[in-house]
Amino acid sequence: MAHPNANPVDAATGVPTTAHEWDGIRELNNPLPRWWLNVFYVTIVWALLYAIAYPAIPLIHSATGGLFGWNTRSAVERDLAALSQQRGARLDVLKSASLEEIAGNPTMLTFARAAGKAAFADNCAACHGVGAGGAKGYPNLNDDDWLWGGTLAEVQQTIQYGIRSGHDQARAGAMPAFVRDGILKRDEAVVLADYVRSIAGLPVEPKADLKRGETLFAANCAACHGDKGAGNKEMGAPNLTDGIWLYGSEKAAVVETLTNGRGGVMPAWTGRLDEATIKALTVYVHTLGGGTK
Amino acid sequence: MASAGTFPTAPGKRMTTGEGGTAVALGLLALLSIIIASGAHTAAYAFHAYLFAAASVAGVFAVINRYYERPAELPPQEIAGKPNYNFGPVKFAVTASMLWGIAGFLIGCIIAFQLAYPVVNLDIAQIAFGRLRPLHTSAVIFAFGGNVLIASSFYVVQRTCRARLAGDVAPWFVVLGYNFFIVVAGTGYLLGITQGKEYAEPEWYADLFLTVVWVAYLLVFLGTIWKRKEPHIFVANWFYLAFIVTIAMLHIVNNAAIPVSIFSPKSYIVWAGVQDAMVQWWYGHNAVGFFLTAGFLAIMYYFIPKRAERPVYSYRLSIIHFWALIFLYIWAGPHHLHYTALPDWAQTLGMVFSIMLWMPSWGGMINGLLTLQGAWDKLRTDPVLRLMVVSLAFYGMSTFEGPMMSIKAVNGLSHYTDWTIGHVHSGALGWVAYVSFGAIYCLVPWLWNRERLYSLRLVSWHFWVSTLGIVLYISAMWVAGIMQGLMWRAYNALGFLEYSFIESIDATHPLYVIRALGGVLFLLGSLIMAFNLYMTVRSPSTAAEPRAAGALVPAE
Repeated sequence: MAHPNANPVDAATGVPTTAHEWDGIRELNNPLPRWWLNVFYVTIVWALLYAIAYPAIPLIHSATGGLFGWNTRSAVERDLAALSQQRGARLDVLKSASLEEIAGNPTMLTFARAAGKAAFADNCAACHGVGAGGAKGYPNLNDDDWLWGGTLAEVQQTIQYGIRSGHDQARAGAMPAFVRDGILKRDEAVVLADYVRSIAGLPVEPKADLKRGETLFAANCAACHGDKGAGNKEMGAPNLTDGIWLYGSEKAAVVETLTNGRGGVMPAWTGRLDEATIKALTVYVHTLGGGTK
Repeated sequence: MASAGTFPTAPGKRMTTGEGGTAVALGLLALLSIIIASGAHTAAYAFHAYLFAAASVAGVFAVINRYYERPAELPPQEIAGKPNYNFGPVKFAVTASMLWGIAGFLIGCIIAFQLAYPVVNLDIAQIAFGRLRPLHTSAVIFAFGGNVLIASSFYVVQRTCRARLAGDVAPWFVVLGYNFFIVVAGTGYLLGITQGKEYAEPEWYADLFLTVVWVAYLLVFLGTIWKRKEPHIFVANWFYLAFIVTIAMLHIVNNAAIPVSIFSPKSYIVWAGVQDAMVQWWYGHNAVGFFLTAGFLAIMYYFIPKRAERPVYSYRLSIIHFWALIFLYIWAGPHHLHYTALPDWAQTLGMVFSIMLWMPSWGGMINGLLTLQGAWDKLRTDPVLRLMVVSLAFYGMSTFEGPMMSIKAVNGLSHYTDWTIGHVHSGALGWVAYVSFGAIYCLVPWLWNRERLYSLRLVSWHFWVSTLGIVLYISAMWVAGIMQGLMWRAYNALGFLEYSFIESIDATHPLYVIRALGGVLFLLGSLIMAFNLYMTVRSPSTAAEPRAAGALVPAE
């Protein structure tokens, strides 16, 4: 200690020090700032009052409930009740009305589309995209090209039971793996790919053997996709002539489809979403732009 | 083993208990590691076991080699009546902190770009966001921050106790062991070894090793205080001690786990369900409170008065805010679990203790800032002091923001959003890193006997570049967080959610880009600093004493 017998005063501020010194560092003997202490007291008082007002003190089997009986569980219940009040009776109407009635009534349609949009964002957007524009392997829902049909009833069935979802009533049927399973040879798949691209109006190589392709198509593909390749919604077989490609139109992608087949999965939503929500989703998707009568 | 009578060295030279004990313990650890490596269930664990074996063998070699190299007498406690300070471990930790800091900032920039552009994950598991994120947090908190704390505590406790660091081998064991733990933890994350507890990711064997290192740290620190030549314990040392003791307690309780087998890296935490969550955030919050606050307040309490050459503003304030801070902080953890399965009463207590924490936290800021009374002019000329003063401003800002975010109504908006990330970084970059930078800028000339830093102009550049980075970072995250919170809770007139989650991510993208650029500026600043320090160490030694008070003033 530099000054053992007196508390020297700091020249710059006129405040006495505590007379301690460590490695040249001294300490002033300033009091606690008044405002600091007062705010500290206020926070302590506030904390005590808050602890009386709200659940705070643990007891042996429970805890104090506070003056207002507030707790998070009842707060959530209140929020949900307020929400269902806001949604009002329209939700019940959604349950009882038919899809056509909903689609035909402007008020109900607006409500169903709002409910459907929210449900779509939560459940569907992960695959189909926020704007339902789709992606490779996930159909675009804005266009009028439907694999399994675009009427209200057809869309509803797809949402309810899914596609290859494992549900009893799921839409089944898949593109076989022609080459992998030995039905077609590799070179036949290449010839077929050229042919399929040609009926879609895409340019093909001059040396492509379209004649042979047509024969192969008739023997292997026409059963599902139709003689002209226009598709068949009963089996979910896509129209091959409309220029819309779920897995890509490049020759390599088509060969890959023929080689290993395709069988994307759409989950069944029945049981996960309630009936009203599925109806709302149906109407929402139907009105995105491609719904058919 | 401790007796070395048979060694053909200088007469009277004896191996100390510390040397012998360390060599034996490390030898046994090497043996155990090799046994574990031979039966390890996974390749990654075997790699760690070999790492332990190699480090242990190197440790044994280093101890024995040192024994043969050193004179018969151990370094004296005092030379000519002056304490013979032990600065070797301090120099090592300062150097390590700078290297780990740059690595941690760099990884932070990478993961920031990964968030803005997921393609940067490159589809490589080892460098995917999920593994790099704990690598970043551990590198900056424990590797950078931890080394700064160890270095500064070993320096400050010696200087303010006027006593040589306790122990002979022990300080080196602490410094090297701690950095070895960091290597094990970091490589573990990349290889996929984690117990999945935030900020406590390392598995049981790394945790056990760290426990040993930490106990050694506590003993070295306490031993030095014990033999002090000053009648009183300086305020910085209270804070250091609170930090060391509490981190030991937090680490042990939060990592209480039962390994599947000694041959497996996997373990199961003894806590379950919401109790585990509560213990985790009791740990997590107090890692902030005692590692990132108490520890760095200790740095502040020594380096700001020292650099400003002014007395600490108020002794009374330092006592009151110290005890209030450490008493209140430990209860605030539940505010991380608002609106969860945690019982309401615990949430309430977590919140009210956080509110009461506001003024005790600010006590440190007030005491630091008012220490500048009579020396404010130095801010114009000394960018190092400016760094430390600005760190206090950020400290004050984030310790106001923290209690505010603990209020349930605010937390309902801010929780799970990037506001939390912004809050953390205003504290981490603005407070922890800046006060560390200030301390390192002071320490390097003092430790390496240089009269001054290579360039104060470069310190100024560092300050402005990184401040711009911090401002970009935290303002981007504030905007992002509040926007996310509002989007997630927005309902339309019919009572349905207005936005999908992915729409909020899409809206955040530009802010993620700004944040990443802010991070790059902060990294750039640290590279300027590293260059400046390197040039300082390379410059000729000028100071006669192992000490110069500041770069602008002659030695006291």
